[in-house]
Amino acid sequence: MPENLKLHYVVEEDDFTSAGAASGDVKKLLRQLGANPDVIRKVAISMYEGEINMVIHANGGVIDVEISPTRITMVLTDHGPGIPDVEAAMQEGFSTAPDRIRSLGFGAGMGLPNMKKYADTLKIDTVVGKGTTITMTVNMK
Amino acid sequence: MTEQTKFSHSVTLDVDKCMGCTTCIRHCPMEAIRVRDGKACITTERCIDCGECIRVCPHKAKQAVFDKWEDNAGRFKYRVALPAPTLYGQFNNLDDVDYVLTGLRRFGFDMVFEVSRAAEIISDYTRKLISTGGLVTPVISSACPAVVRLIRARFPHLCEHVLPIRAPIHLAAAIARREAMERSGLPSEDIGIFFISPCPAKMTDVKLPLGLEHTDVDCVLSISDIYKDLLKQMNKLTEPEMISRSGLLGIGWATSGGESAGLLEEKYLAADGIDQVIKVLEELEDEKLGDLEFIELNACPGGCVGGAAAVENPFVAKARIQMLRKYLPVSRNKFTERDMDELHMDWSFPLQYSPDAPLSENMTEAMQKMQRIEQIAATFPGLDCGACGAPSCRALAEDIVRGNANRTDCLFILKKRLEELFGEVRGGTAPPSPERTGGKKQ
Repeated sequence: MPENLKLHYVVEEDDFTSAGAASGDVKKLLRQLGANPDVIRKVAISMYEGEINMVIHANGGVIDVEISPTRITMVLTDHGPGIPDVEAAMQEGFSTAPDRIRSLGFGAGMGLPNMKKYADTLKIDTVVGKGTTITMTVNMK
Repeated sequence: MTEQTKFSHSVTLDVDKCMGCTTCIRHCPMEAIRVRDGKACITTERCIDCGECIRVCPHKAKQAVFDKWEDNAGRFKYRVALPAPTLYGQFNNLDDVDYVLTGLRRFGFDMVFEVSRAAEIISDYTRKLISTGGLVTPVISSACPAVVRLIRARFPHLCEHVLPIRAPIHLAAAIARREAMERSGLPSEDIGIFFISPCPAKMTDVKLPLGLEHTDVDCVLSISDIYKDLLKQMNKLTEPEMISRSGLLGIGWATSGGESAGLLEEKYLAADGIDQVIKVLEELEDEKLGDLEFIELNACPGGCVGGAAAVENPFVAKARIQMLRKYLPVSRNKFTERDMDELHMDWSFPLQYSPDAPLSENMTEAMQKMQRIEQIAATFPGLDCGACGAPSCRALAEDIVRGNANRTDCLFILKKRLEELFGEVRGGTAPPSPERTGGKKQ
């Protein structure tokens, strides 16, 4: 039984310009593995939104991705401020992103809603003042 | 290019198609065009290659001259394509930039280096320069060669505001040449760097670079010239190669506001369209824009996507580029200290004010000429009709003082003269001319 593929990414908050690199990497990898294009899309978008959130709000963190023949699991862990009101944050258009990155097209308030839409499962564990862990899975086709 | 034909401008006229309709003379921001003997003529000293005349000409007589692939491909053993990010917005149903880049490989290029990668390095470098201070604020972008030429010719106090670093094309060419030599093992003269351009201003900037002694770009092809054959190659592709290494910042440079967004700052202004650009520059000169840190100015509508050599409508292209940028990493290219030493990020010499059409070297003489211009202009009807071949009554007055025109070029003046002559020949008084309302007071 072959071992699952495990990937570990450190997402730095280094002036924002590295944001999106980790999810770009995973997308490339899945393409090379020959995964189903719909699956790639779901993973790429949900992981991207999670990674960007991590940079905008939490000063970075780590992302662990596990790829098995049946499923891709992504765990995004940060030690940021936590999400005070998860229900509000899940609303489309709700954003606490700073103005300076809106010119790049971010801060539309679609991050968490998109993660819910594209991932097959989404779990949010958050403690205000301590940090947030997001776990998402996408099933292989 | 032979020794005899010295390059001066990429904007030219196809004389056979020109109808002398005067549309272009009235839209040229530099008042560089005149209609003489029923054909438009561009004054070399004044033209900034903005391409506005190409955009407005109803008869397709105004054209931009570019290098041709057929004439230049054979000159080099190893050919590198430098696509401007505008190219990505020219195709329908495109969801992956790699189709364009792989298409370029099939078209005949050995290597492809995206200009957007250099743009990201420049954004990074610019952020560093702005944060360390030492730049005159507000900083004006130097990415649009037409705008820089406009500033050089008309705005002496703004020259020091222009960001004195290499535009993305030149940086991309330097990096690409270095990489091509490593990959191919060939010497520099066998490597051909081909920039694929959305506009004539960039063609001129390669032949006559601003701020640099020399550029690594060898040839400039226009997007419109290669479009058909490139599309053919792209349509044959099933699985593109993974060539792209740009993030959303670099690709965004193709649209107005994209370069500013790369600075991750709020206090910026981004304007496009040459008329609006001139208005902003005038306000800047009057020191009305003190709060801003960065000013992005694009001569073409929508930014580079509106270049005269692009194929698609600028706003359609802009929408496509926004879609292509979605879910891309923010930036994939960084500026390193090694780049500083090896690539000469800065201009070799500063931008020097160089008025395009001074009245005189001597202030007294210039003032005298100015007075004469005012006097002559006052005798014209002030309709700016263009019938004399000049864009305005004042421009005709200036042409007369410079010795390039006559008062009777103005049809109204000519008509009055003929009426007076007619009256003299007949031996009586001239027939009464109708009272003119409006126009300049006599």
